[in-house]
Amino acid sequence: MPTAAPSFAPPEPSLKARLRRAERLHHLKAGALILPLAAFLAVTFLIPIGDMMRRAVHDPELAQVWPGVTAAIDDWQPRTEAPGEAVFAALAADLGQSKADRTLAVAARRLNSDYPGARSLLFSSARKLPETAESWRATLIHIDERWAEPELWAAIDRASGPLTAFFLLQAVDLERTPTGQLRPVPEQEAVFLDILGRTFAVALTVTLLCLALGFPVAYLLATLPPHLSNPMMILVLLPFWTSLLVRTAAWVVLLQDQGLVNNALIWLGLLDEPARLIFNRIGVIIAMTHVLLPFLVLPLYSVMKGIPKLYMRTALSLGARPTVAFLKVYLPQTLPGIVAGTLLTFIIALGYYITPALVGGAADQMISYFIAFYTAETVNWGMAAALGSVLLVTTLILFATYARLVRAGATPAGR
Amino acid sequence: MTHGPHHPRTLEEKLWTAALWVSAVLVFAFLVAPLIAIVPLSFNDGQFLTYPLSGFSLRWYGEFFTDPDWMRALKNSLIVGVFSTILSTTLGTLAAVGLTRARFKGKSVVLGILLSPMIVPLVITGVGFYLFFAPLGLTATYTGLVLAHTALAAPFVVITVSATLQGFDMNLARAAASLGAGPLRVFGSVILPLIAPGVASGALFAFATSFDEVVVVLLVAGPEQRTLPREMFSGIRENISPTIMAAATLLIAFSTILLVTLELLRRRNERLTGRRGGTFG
Repeated sequence: MPTAAPSFAPPEPSLKARLRRAERLHHLKAGALILPLAAFLAVTFLIPIGDMMRRAVHDPELAQVWPGVTAAIDDWQPRTEAPGEAVFAALAADLGQSKADRTLAVAARRLNSDYPGARSLLFSSARKLPETAESWRATLIHIDERWAEPELWAAIDRASGPLTAFFLLQAVDLERTPTGQLRPVPEQEAVFLDILGRTFAVALTVTLLCLALGFPVAYLLATLPPHLSNPMMILVLLPFWTSLLVRTAAWVVLLQDQGLVNNALIWLGLLDEPARLIFNRIGVIIAMTHVLLPFLVLPLYSVMKGIPKLYMRTALSLGARPTVAFLKVYLPQTLPGIVAGTLLTFIIALGYYITPALVGGAADQMISYFIAFYTAETVNWGMAAALGSVLLVTTLILFATYARLVRAGATPAGR
Repeated sequence: MTHGPHHPRTLEEKLWTAALWVSAVLVFAFLVAPLIAIVPLSFNDGQFLTYPLSGFSLRWYGEFFTDPDWMRALKNSLIVGVFSTILSTTLGTLAAVGLTRARFKGKSVVLGILLSPMIVPLVITGVGFYLFFAPLGLTATYTGLVLAHTALAAPFVVITVSATLQGFDMNLARAAASLGAGPLRVFGSVILPLIAPGVASGALFAFATSFDEVVVVLLVAGPEQRTLPREMFSGIRENISPTIMAAATLLIAFSTILLVTLELLRRRNERLTGRRGGTFG
C-alpha cells in the first residue's frame, strides 16, 4: 500500500488483510495435504516416465563405452566412403578398451539395433585385433571388409549421441542415408507403420462397435424408470467389475474351435465346420469390444440421463414423426456423451496389451506389445521409448480433448 | 421428469420400441453370457472346456486350493492388494481433502498429476516403474509391486473421496473448529466418520485396481511375486485348463460381492451426506 505520509498508515494490518492472510494460510495448510501423494507420484511415476521418454532422443550409450571414435567421427568427410586413419585408430583403441572393460556388449547391442550383424562384426573384430598396426584402417578392413562400408560408419555416427532422431524416425519407418537424407527403411525392416496402423485400426473398429452396441443400451437405461433400469445397470457393471483376465479367458473358451460360439453357429446351420474365431483379428475385436463396452455405455448413459424428456415430447406433440423427432431433437443432445464415450473407449483401446496378447495372433499385436517387447526382451530402450512417446503423446492429446469435453472427470476410467 | 417412457401410440413408435428392446437384450446377453458360460465349466467333471458337460465335480476347485502355484498367487494378490490399498487410501484421502479445501494457482495441474496414473497407458507406466526400480534393486520385490500398485490405485481414491467431499457440509468442520477442536480432531471426529463410506468405496476401487492389474506385474514382478491375474495370464497362454475356470468363477463371485458392497456404500453415503448421486460412482 503506497503511503505518502507514514502517520496515516494504520498501526497494524486491517482486519480484511488479516483475514485474507489467515485464509491464505488455511489454503496453504490444506494444500500441504496434497503433497505426500503428489511427491510420491512425482518420484515413482512421473520422473521415471520422463526418464523413459528422454531415451527416445537421448542416446549416450555408445559415447560412454566408445569415447574416442564417437568424438573422432565428427570430422568424417566425405561421407560416401569410410573415414580416414585417425577415426580408425580411435575405433581400434575403443574396441580394445571396451573388450578389456567388458563393455563391448553395450556397443554391440546399440549398433546392432541400427546395423544388423554389427554384434558379430564387433566381437570378431575385437578378437582378431592385433596389438599394433601400421595402418588401423587397412588392418580393420582386412579383418572384415564391412568396415569399409559408409553405411556402417553412418550407423556409428548416428549412435554417437548425445541426441539422436534415429529411434523416432525408425518408429515411422524412416532412416537417414550416410549423407543425411531421409529415406524409407528397407521393406523387410519397415514394420512400425504397420504396427501403428493396426493399433489405430483395431482401436477404431472396437470403438465404433462399442458405439453401435452401447447406444441402445444406454438409451434404454436412461429412459426406463429406476425400478427397471437399476437391475439392468447391474448387467453393465458386473462385466465392468470382473477381472480383465476372467473376461479374456471366457472368450478364449467361447471362441475356440469346439467352443460354444462355433457349436451354436453349426447348430443353427450357419456354418458347416468350425470357423477360426480366435488367435486372429476377429477374436481381438470381439473380446476387446466386450471388455470396453461399459466404458462407452457409462458416459453416454450419464449424458442421456440429463436430457429432459420434455423436448422429445414437445416435438412429438407438435406432430413430428418419432424417427424425425429422435434424429433432430434427441440425437444432437446426446453428442457430448457420444464424443466423450468414444474418446474414452478409443484412448483405452489404443493402449491395450493383455487381450490382444491372449486372443490375437502374431499379426494382431498392438503398439503396447512392442513397447513391452523392446523393454523386456531385447533391451532396446531407444525403440521402446520412441514407440512409447508416440503412444503417450497420442493418448495425452486425446485425453486433453476428452477432459475439455467432460470437465468433471468423475468417470471411472482406467485399466 | 419422473414419468416412465411414454407409451407407444403409432406403429412407427411401436416398431422403434421393439427394435430398441431386441437390440438391448442382445447386447446385455453379449455382456453377461460369456461370464455365465464359464461358470458351469468349472464344475465339469471332464478335462475339456466344452459343452455338453460330462458330470458335476468340485475337483478343479480342489486343484485350485491345493496347487502351490495358485495358492502362492492368491496369497501374493492379497498381500500386494492389502498393502497398496492401505497406502493409496491414506495418500489419496489426504490429497482429496486437501484438493477440496485448498485454493491455489495451478490446482488443475496438480490434479492432472494426481490422476495421471489413470490416464497413461499401463505398458508405459510399467516400463517407467521398471526404470525406476531397477537401479534401486526393487524389481522382483514385494515392495516394488506395492509401490507400483499404490501409484496406480491412488487416483481412484482421490476421485471417489473428492466426489464424497463435494456433498460434505464444510460448516460442520467449521463448527467443530469454532468449538475448539484442532485440525486433526476435526478431521478424525467430524469429517472422517461422515465421509467414511466414500473412503471405503475408494479403498475398494483401490483394491480392485491392484487385484486386477497384470501389465505392471508382468514387467516388474519376479516369479516369487506372481499374482492371481499373472498366473491366469500364463495359464491362458500356455494351457487353458478347468482350474483356470475355477479361479475365474471365484473371481466373478468376488466382483459380484464388490459390486454389491459398493452399491450399499453409495446408499449409505447418500444418507450421511444428504446427497443424491447417480446410480454409480
